[in-house]
Amino acid sequence: MRKPEGKLLQRMVCFVRRCETVKRIVVCCCLAAAVSLKPAVTQTSAPASARSENVLYAELAKVPAKAASRRNPMENDRDAVAAGGKLFTIHCAECHGETGEGGKGSKKGPSLRVEEVQQATPGTLFWLLTNGVVRRGMPVWSKLPEPQRWQLVSYIKTLTPAPEAGPK
Amino acid sequence: MRSAFRGRLRDYRNRVPAVLLVLLSVCVLLAPLNCGAQESPYFVTYDHYLEEPGSLEVEYFSTFATQRDGNDFLSYWTEFEYGATAWWTTELYLDGQSTLGDSTVFTGFRLENRFRILRQEHFINPVLYVEYEQISGADKIMKEIEGHDVEADHADSNALSRQEHDHELETKLILSKTFRGWNIAQNTIATKNLTGGDPWEFGYAIGVSRPLALKASAARCNLCRENFIAGVELYGGLGDRYSFGLHDTSHYLAPVVAWNLPSSWSLRLSPGFGLNDSSHQFLLRWGVSREFSGFGATMARVFGGHR
Repeated sequence: MRKPEGKLLQRMVCFVRRCETVKRIVVCCCLAAAVSLKPAVTQTSAPASARSENVLYAELAKVPAKAASRRNPMENDRDAVAAGGKLFTIHCAECHGETGEGGKGSKKGPSLRVEEVQQATPGTLFWLLTNGVVRRGMPVWSKLPEPQRWQLVSYIKTLTPAPEAGPK
Repeated sequence: MRSAFRGRLRDYRNRVPAVLLVLLSVCVLLAPLNCGAQESPYFVTYDHYLEEPGSLEVEYFSTFATQRDGNDFLSYWTEFEYGATAWWTTELYLDGQSTLGDSTVFTGFRLENRFRILRQEHFINPVLYVEYEQISGADKIMKEIEGHDVEADHADSNALSRQEHDHELETKLILSKTFRGWNIAQNTIATKNLTGGDPWEFGYAIGVSRPLALKASAARCNLCRENFIAGVELYGGLGDRYSFGLHDTSHYLAPVVAWNLPSSWSLRLSPGFGLNDSSHQFLLRWGVSREFSGFGATMARVFGGHR
């Protein structure tokens, strides 16, 4: 008479153990989901977004003088802009927009068409690409080989300021 | 008759999580989201590059290993890697394995976090890695080799080895540098089994890699040389707190290659060779991954977080 009860108990223990594992996985997924919501939620208001952009543009002034004075070795390369455009589409467009206009909807990066960026030296842009602005959400791009980063700089420098996109 | 049916049923039940794992991976990988990737070719070594903020990378990896005094096996894991911020990446792993002539089993999960310590690029770039693992003794993915991990550990049947349950804390110090296109990465591993009184175990992984071309071509192409990254990995165990060193440890040398497609898919392949008698003689690893940029923002929209 005891045997079936024992089996049932064993099954229940087994089920509960499995549930524990499932619970832990669900908790992990929820944590990841919560984290995924955070960066987007923090960008809801326009003034906050503008402030964030200004902080990012201010980073341009912090680039060391030696790095800022570097010349773009690709400036005479006829394919550099086209190659940079291709790289931009693959790696940058998601945040900065297809044409570098930035800041709409889920595209959280600042505009690259504004005066601050267009007047920055190639060395400045290269340094920012290499080092990112990690605490402000711009990742480090040194995983792209140096020539590719210069190609990106060549492309970014061709972006013309949009009529309404001035300094904020 | 009844016991045979029960046995078959149990066998199928064991396979369900692994099959679900594969199906889930395939479904997510086929979902119509966009983006771009430049993945490192390493399977074991980590470099200092984290996932871009808000991006989700879904990866499926497999390892085939030859086994002396036992059955060869195929292990696999799915990774969900999310860039929480530009300095923090978090990952969930789901592991499984099929041992030839034995069974297919789900072997556990891992939750991993990597933290970039320094704001800017430096001569050497450190990243801290902390992982919690809840896996069974049947886990054979060999994502890292540590302590006295040897080939003989994988010779037991799944029925026996899955009775062992481990809760492990794994830490790594990742040091990495990219210079003139060459990436050099070194990982020091320290692992502690939280369930027993096992001592801290240690391991290492070293990787070197370089894209086949440093300049990007102007045309969008799949087979351009810059889309391929080749390299080599060396990894193995370093014993434990009481018996540190190379005695009774296993080591592998593995050439690696990655093919990063502009469509955001990445493929990786790595044949690995055991360097001593305690190592599996041959490993063949392969993987496919896809990056979903803007995943965080998409989730926020779905849950009404922002417009």
